[in-house]
Amino acid sequence: MSNKKKLVIGVIGADVHAVGIQILYHAFQDAGFDVTNLGVMVSQEEYIAAAIETNADAIVVSSLYGQGELDCRGMREKCDEAGLKGILLYVGGNIVIGKQDFADVEKRFKAMGFDRAFPPGTLPETTIKALKEDLKVED
Amino acid sequence: MKPVLLIDFGSTYTKVTAVDADAGELLGTAAAYTTVQTDINDGLENALALLREKTGPLEFCERYACSSAAGGLRMMACGLVPELTAAAARQASLGAGAKVIKVYSFQLNEDDAEEIAAQKPDIFLLAGGTDGGNTEVILHNARVLAGVGGEFPVIIAGNRTAARQCQRILENRQTFVCENVMPRFGTLNIEPTQARIREVFLDRIVKAKGLSRASELISGIMMPTPSAMMEAMQLLAEGCEGEKGIGDLVAVDVGGATTDVYSIADGMPRGMQTVYKGLPEPYVKRTVEGDIGMRYSIHGIVQAAGLARVSQLSGLSEQRAAELVDRLAQFTDTLPDTDELARLDFALASLAVETAVTRHAGVMEEAYTMMGLTYVQTGKDLRDVRQIVVTGGSLIHTPRAKEIAAHAMQNPQKPMNLLPQKAKIRVDRRYILAAMGLLSRTAPQTALRIMKKELTSDGSAE
Repeated sequence: MSNKKKLVIGVIGADVHAVGIQILYHAFQDAGFDVTNLGVMVSQEEYIAAAIETNADAIVVSSLYGQGELDCRGMREKCDEAGLKGILLYVGGNIVIGKQDFADVEKRFKAMGFDRAFPPGTLPETTIKALKEDLKVED
Repeated sequence: MKPVLLIDFGSTYTKVTAVDADAGELLGTAAAYTTVQTDINDGLENALALLREKTGPLEFCERYACSSAAGGLRMMACGLVPELTAAAARQASLGAGAKVIKVYSFQLNEDDAEEIAAQKPDIFLLAGGTDGGNTEVILHNARVLAGVGGEFPVIIAGNRTAARQCQRILENRQTFVCENVMPRFGTLNIEPTQARIREVFLDRIVKAKGLSRASELISGIMMPTPSAMMEAMQLLAEGCEGEKGIGDLVAVDVGGATTDVYSIADGMPRGMQTVYKGLPEPYVKRTVEGDIGMRYSIHGIVQAAGLARVSQLSGLSEQRAAELVDRLAQFTDTLPDTDELARLDFALASLAVETAVTRHAGVMEEAYTMMGLTYVQTGKDLRDVRQIVVTGGSLIHTPRAKEIAAHAMQNPQKPMNLLPQKAKIRVDRRYILAAMGLLSRTAPQTALRIMKKELTSDGSAE
């Protein structure tokens, strides 16, 4: 079996933005990750179930409809509960409503247990670089 | 004339069916009590004697059998996450015609080990983890199983990374390594495991259950009866070379202890507006409702549907219905020979069909999103299925089979349950489905023709 780092990705909540997650899927695959793409309208439980079966190294949550803060609440605690202690958690997209100072938003998501939060307009390369850094992948 | 004998060793009855494979005709059917405790051939001989009375002496060229005698093929299984590899392990076992006693998720504990030892399954299916995924749990479970007494073989069909290590841990018992039942997230791969289960059934279980004495008389294909049912249903739906099938179908077998449902249909979302959630389900799907049956599991029907509905459908008072239900649970061989009992059995069979098919079929949920109304589908969408096949004693002996079978249709008040919306109803009046499944291996066209002729159409329902 390969030694590729394993990611679980998807769009959380009642969000049906299907294109961006496909782009991320291909970008992450091309960058050498083993990616499980859960598609759209993914619940916290689905990310966690997939991460357990695939023994994932990170869960990357996308949200584009502004409700990300509500949808992500309690996710870290659920991961802990399910035995995924210390799994890397990322979130990105239009994760909150309106134009808010992203430093504030980032702080709130970090307080919720996310390791990193990415603002709107982040390029896949930025996330890939962060993943490689956090998962100690050498180029 | 080329007479072929098809035998179904059931838990109660040994059923024999004679066909003329040249003419493609059913010659006759008969049944006698199964005698697995003494010599299984006694029951077979009795059934054959009854058959001879109807058909006259026949010189059979071939004899094939299936069996659910002596408890059928009893399996236990384990996976990792309940909705994922554990669900895949259950589907693999059911689809191989097994009676699934229990499916465990996550780590097996000491209580589970005791339970497995007490249940003595015929086969244990060890799954868990996608390929390259979690190995910790399947290895733990292999170690637990290594410590359980009993001689049952273990089929290993989990994360391939851990397969050989599981085999080493389980070196004290017979093991078989198969492809993972869920190699990637959301991909079901159950056929290799099913093929292996059937092989183990043939090699070990048939001998262990005293069926091998019968097998001397038999040319071949011993398989679990539900397996034969599935083969018959798939042939009936798909057709074969030279003969068209009837298309996607749902089949219901209402028994005394359980109700089995089969669907041969893709069942994936129809429109772009629908998002599918959960493990994709197999095109040939079997479910078994262990709490829904006409006698041994009669209380399960009442519990699932409510006494009020039993009373409403039977026209009996709730009190009277409850009394009779208790009596039938105690005297399980009671036949519906009074008007009251016939009405009660009608209600129970209708509710058994309704409950079992509703559980088998998928559900739709509405979700309001920024893009408007979206539908979320879990399980199979059977709304476009146009054929319903029913079998089981309570259905094939009643003139009201069509009314009972109509309970497999979608209730307009419950549009989120994805049951057939209109369908033709066919009744297995002569109880030939398992036999035709056996015949389908060697003479599919004959089996299909006989089914199309013998499954009497009882009209359509909407």
